[in-house]
Amino acid sequence: MIFLRLFLEFVKVGLFTFGGAYGSIPIIRETVLSNAWMSDDLFTYILGVSESTPGPIMVNTATYVGNTVGMQATGTVWGGFFGSVCATLGVVTPSFIIILLIAALLRRFMEKKPVRAVLDGVKPCIVGIILITAIHLFAACLFPGLANSFRLSGLDTRALIMILLIGAGRSGWKMWKKRAASPILTILAAAVLGVAVYGV
Amino acid sequence: MKKFPLLDLLVTFMKIGAFTFGGGYAMLALIENECVAKKGWLTHDEFMDITVIAESTPGPVAINTATFVGYKKKGPLGSFFATFGVVLPSFVIIYLISLFLKDFLEITWVASAFKGIRVAVAYLIIAAGLKMWKKLKKTPLNIAVFIAAALAMIAVDFFALRFSTVYMILIAALVALSAYGVGEIRRKEARK
Repeated sequence: MIFLRLFLEFVKVGLFTFGGAYGSIPIIRETVLSNAWMSDDLFTYILGVSESTPGPIMVNTATYVGNTVGMQATGTVWGGFFGSVCATLGVVTPSFIIILLIAALLRRFMEKKPVRAVLDGVKPCIVGIILITAIHLFAACLFPGLANSFRLSGLDTRALIMILLIGAGRSGWKMWKKRAASPILTILAAAVLGVAVYGV
Repeated sequence: MKKFPLLDLLVTFMKIGAFTFGGGYAMLALIENECVAKKGWLTHDEFMDITVIAESTPGPVAINTATFVGYKKKGPLGSFFATFGVVLPSFVIIYLISLFLKDFLEITWVASAFKGIRVAVAYLIIAAGLKMWKKLKKTPLNIAVFIAAALAMIAVDFFALRFSTVYMILIAALVALSAYGVGEIRRKEARK
């Protein structure tokens, strides 16, 4: 049953995401790819949309993936809507229950030393996962064949130009404004550059 | 609004959900403005406590904070209304976008724009990762876990293995717990 699966997969995402939105991206990506729900390209597009619309990135991505999968499985708009609801409910449920328990019963739970040890201990693991995921995304932009074969051939020069332009833009902005460019500004600028580099 | 606290929670958190871009951390500033400064639902210290808990428990920070504030104000039902409110705007917006994006992508210039956005997303993820790396305490154990996780990710990528990151996180948790246990035993022995 696709809807139960959507719900459960996103419960897993909600339960194993530490360190905010960016910690969730590798897990959602892995879930989406291993279930063959959508291509890696479409998934990164969705991330772009999720980051430039209001609301938590995790919830946005869940809603989007749910609609796509539900619509594919049932072929109806209502299937898509129900898929969105299941995935969004799934990603929210673990936090809701955990926080309710902490708020109601376990106010001191977070201060317990073993709990802190575990919460701090998973951080380096998550940083490693996030950084390698980012590097993989760069590589996938540069070598479009990477997803199918593991040969680093067929360098996409336009992607290289994009990477250099955005990198230069972001560091220039940082030097000028003394703070990093916001996600939404980066995405909007990249969209305009994308049209310029890849053509109309 | 004062007469209907649940409705007040719902509307306040809908506002927060609708006007924050850039994920949970941007949302915290707005939550503080609404719930501490304007409504006086929480003191500043309570808000700081909630933030720490929301950041260290799994799941979206915004959801965690909404659930907590809702509970403080009106119990489990308050949690439900606050969480529902914070999710609703993004749900509606993204749902509508998801109906049309695929057709939009057929248009050449939209596809070009999204190819550009793909590069931006990679930059944003690497920037977030580097920021977390800077904040990380560089103990030998942390660095070892970091390297192990990175190598495992590369291996999974290269050999197209099916090894979920969930397992990596669980293993890291187990390693941290054992390290803590060993540390405690040593400390007890040192005291003897």
